[in-house]
Amino acid sequence: MFIPRFHGRLRGTLSAVAVSALTLSAVAPAAHAESLLNVSYDPTRELYRAYNELFEKHWEAEGNAPAQIESSHGGSGAQARAVIDGLSAQVVTLALASDIDRIAATGKLPADWQSKLPHNSSPYTSTIVFLVREGNPKGIKDWGDLVKDGIEVITPNPKTSGGARWNYLAAWAWAEKNGKDPKEFLHELFGHVPVLDTGARGSTTTFAQRGIGDVLLAWENEAYLALEELGEDQFDIVVPSVSVLAEPPVALVPGNIKGPEQQKLADEYLNYLYSPEAQALAFKYFYRAWDTSKADPADVARFPKLDLVDIAHFGGWAKVQPEHFGDGGIFDQIYTQK
Amino acid sequence: MGSKPLIQRSPMPGLGISLGITLTMLSIVVLIPIGALLTRGAAFGLENIWGIINRERVWAALFLSFRLSFYAAVFNLVFGVLLAWVLARYRFPGRRLLDAAVDLPFALPTAVAGIALTALYAPNGFFGAFAKEFGVKIAYTQWGIFLALVFVGLPFVTRTVQPVIEEIEREVEEASATLGASRLYTLRRIIWPMLAPAALTGFALALARAVGEYGSVIFIAGNIPLKTEIAPLLIVIQLEEFNYDGAAAIGIAMLVISFLALLLINLIQVWSRRRIGNV
Repeated sequence: MFIPRFHGRLRGTLSAVAVSALTLSAVAPAAHAESLLNVSYDPTRELYRAYNELFEKHWEAEGNAPAQIESSHGGSGAQARAVIDGLSAQVVTLALASDIDRIAATGKLPADWQSKLPHNSSPYTSTIVFLVREGNPKGIKDWGDLVKDGIEVITPNPKTSGGARWNYLAAWAWAEKNGKDPKEFLHELFGHVPVLDTGARGSTTTFAQRGIGDVLLAWENEAYLALEELGEDQFDIVVPSVSVLAEPPVALVPGNIKGPEQQKLADEYLNYLYSPEAQALAFKYFYRAWDTSKADPADVARFPKLDLVDIAHFGGWAKVQPEHFGDGGIFDQIYTQK
Repeated sequence: MGSKPLIQRSPMPGLGISLGITLTMLSIVVLIPIGALLTRGAAFGLENIWGIINRERVWAALFLSFRLSFYAAVFNLVFGVLLAWVLARYRFPGRRLLDAAVDLPFALPTAVAGIALTALYAPNGFFGAFAKEFGVKIAYTQWGIFLALVFVGLPFVTRTVQPVIEEIEREVEEASATLGASRLYTLRRIIWPMLAPAALTGFALALARAVGEYGSVIFIAGNIPLKTEIAPLLIVIQLEEFNYDGAAAIGIAMLVISFLALLLINLIQVWSRRRIGNV
């Protein structure tokens, strides 16, 4: 028996203990009545940082004791899984209705959760646009240009990223409207993808920082954010003729509510998202919200009009998820078909 | 004339308590999680597990993961022994710094390593731009994966071999030389047999570490199905689909293959010990 061998194992064990200790402390949230955990997805980080501040002011102005609001961000699917596995979120604000449906399947929230709030429980929406390099050197204008020779397209993996599913569906919708076989078009499109990151932020990094690809398929809000963060002189936004109306929904999780105090806080947290002030904030953070009454006209005007197809067109997430993105679904077939 | 007790008590004191602590620790951290994985698989059924694994994409990912992990471990075996030799045998300025740097892959979050490697080896990165001149792509190809796996596995071989090299006495080599052996012969017949068991242990550790690596590889791999998609990513994809059984099935496949590989390495160790004698 070797001493070094033992040494190596001991190291492994110690780091495993350290990791599990960290996870445990991260998962146990403070659970007094005036606290609220909002479990959200990746690109809403900036929006909810601002919204939490706005809401806390509103909450105290209404004569309530200060509340402790926390937001957690990550891939939409992974966040949903954390809630299923017991992360005590009173409110979920995810990228896809299907992710919240999965939580509903555990009984933590009612199956008809999406009818509880206006606009399919989506206080803000977004769409998919193209981010290209400054001056659009490859002349990319619409979906059809993406499958031309020598064009490299960057998108995250639809299997691991909610945003990428919208990318995929937008391309599908365009192909349908332009008399092409959608499956064949997507097969061709993904043949032009050199890197499939696991999440939207990863793809933005690959495109913007690593210089890979000619066009990034991105959330509209991510694309504007990238322009703001990385410099308007480096990239241009191209709006295709057809895209999807992405509705990232929000929902209360009654199964995680402890007492009427928290219930009131969580209800108000979601309802206030529809207030003119919060809607203005969503516009400011590059989301297409509904109520423009308090929004800065410049924030509203920057969104061009385009033909938007919503998820109902595809038959709803309950149908789309297994058919396209399930195990052995159409997306899987795209890669295994010869 | 009493019959032999089932467990012969060791003359060393403290067996009960130390074994108790060890087993509890091992159970909490290792045995129970792996047991849970196997239980999940058993409930899912062998036929279903096979149904998940026996698909082109899964085979491609498993083959890729184990093949590149093997290459990376071989590379680390050669380079790690060399590095250990340099650190143990020579005195030069900056040696302690270099010695400490060997452990960095243990300490650095693998995501950080992956991003740093990608930044360097992407076509617009420092080394990547250089490789591009020769028409070679490193990041987002299998080379990128290989690189990340070499990075995470490097300390294992070096750290297992280094103390053994330090133990080898100069006199052994000198005796070999005075008896007329060439340097190469000494290396081959005297030094290597002493190092081999430790080096193989390091190789096995590096291999095992590389097979399970996710954090760093994911940034540099490109993740294109059938080309640069590693098996751990497939597990994550199954989890994204809330398909816990599918994830467990691929996990079990990796566990079984890893176990067989480590068993094989152990057998080679036993065999080499018999052949060269006990060291």
